[in-house]
Amino acid sequence: MSAHDHTGHDHAHGGAAHGSLKGYLIGFFLSVILTAIPFWLVMDGVIDNKQATAVIIMAFAAVQIVVHMIFFLHMNPASEGGWSMLALIFTVILVVIVLSGSLWVMYHLNANMMPGLHEMREMP
Amino acid sequence: MASTAITAGAEPVFHLEEEHAHAEGGSTMLGFWLYLMSDCLIFAMLFAAFGVLGGNYAAGPAPKDLFDLGLVAVNTTMLLLSSITYGFAMLTMDKGRVGATQAWLAVTMLFGLAFLSIELYEFAHMIHEGATPQRSAFLSSFFTLVGTHGLHVTFGIVWMVALMVQVARYGLIEANRRRLMCLSMFWHFLDVVWIGVFTFVYLMGTLR
Repeated sequence: MSAHDHTGHDHAHGGAAHGSLKGYLIGFFLSVILTAIPFWLVMDGVIDNKQATAVIIMAFAAVQIVVHMIFFLHMNPASEGGWSMLALIFTVILVVIVLSGSLWVMYHLNANMMPGLHEMREMP
Repeated sequence: MASTAITAGAEPVFHLEEEHAHAEGGSTMLGFWLYLMSDCLIFAMLFAAFGVLGGNYAAGPAPKDLFDLGLVAVNTTMLLLSSITYGFAMLTMDKGRVGATQAWLAVTMLFGLAFLSIELYEFAHMIHEGATPQRSAFLSSFFTLVGTHGLHVTFGIVWMVALMVQVARYGLIEANRRRLMCLSMFWHFLDVVWIGVFTFVYLMGTLR
């Protein structure tokens, strides 16, 4: 993507613009590991504590998303003169607000407004 | 300005003094990235809905009864492989090798189709067991979220076929390269969304 920074010329269609073979292979290798470990943790029940397992697989997902962004989507602070990174940061902020806000508000709505908190999971 | 505008024939083009002419399609990548970001917000809403409703089984089947993690692992592998083969397609495109690019695109498409087939098989299996979208809030949000991702993959494959026809007819011209780069971003973006799906829906659903 950085190929189109201000130059508008075609010389930038080299390997750097769309990554290199090495970059793709590193990204793929990391993704395989970062995918395999969470599946292994859950399928084999390696850790008894479910809460801890959930936190660990979420951390793996976060790292894998960053790996994909860097090696497959070729994000870097300089691409498109910094505008794509700015859009990404803005989107991430919105996503965090939407996700944490929804979960937080709806959890408390369930906890405070409805009878029989402990049966909530089984209620329609 | 006015004197330029009345010049007969071609459309007048105005530039600020310090600005140079932009190549055609020079802003396509940024525009497409902005589209992907808005798509990301759609998925964020669906994830939020699933996060809120994912525990409401209405005394129906729970993720533990429905999900076959082995199948999901195979599915994830298909999508991951399709990501790297698309990367290879981009690398051969950089070298200007039409045949190799087409071959890698075809391989990517096959992995994409394998992913879709497995997902459709999974959906059909669930519906056959009575786990339809109408069964519970959990299943409604599940089918909406995973189905929307599947639809994106479907349209990605349609787009890929269209581009393969384009490349076959016109070769790796500048416009086709630009289109292939857009599809590359789209395809890798879908893989990023799938990371969220298998983590939050399948793995954490099974843990619940």
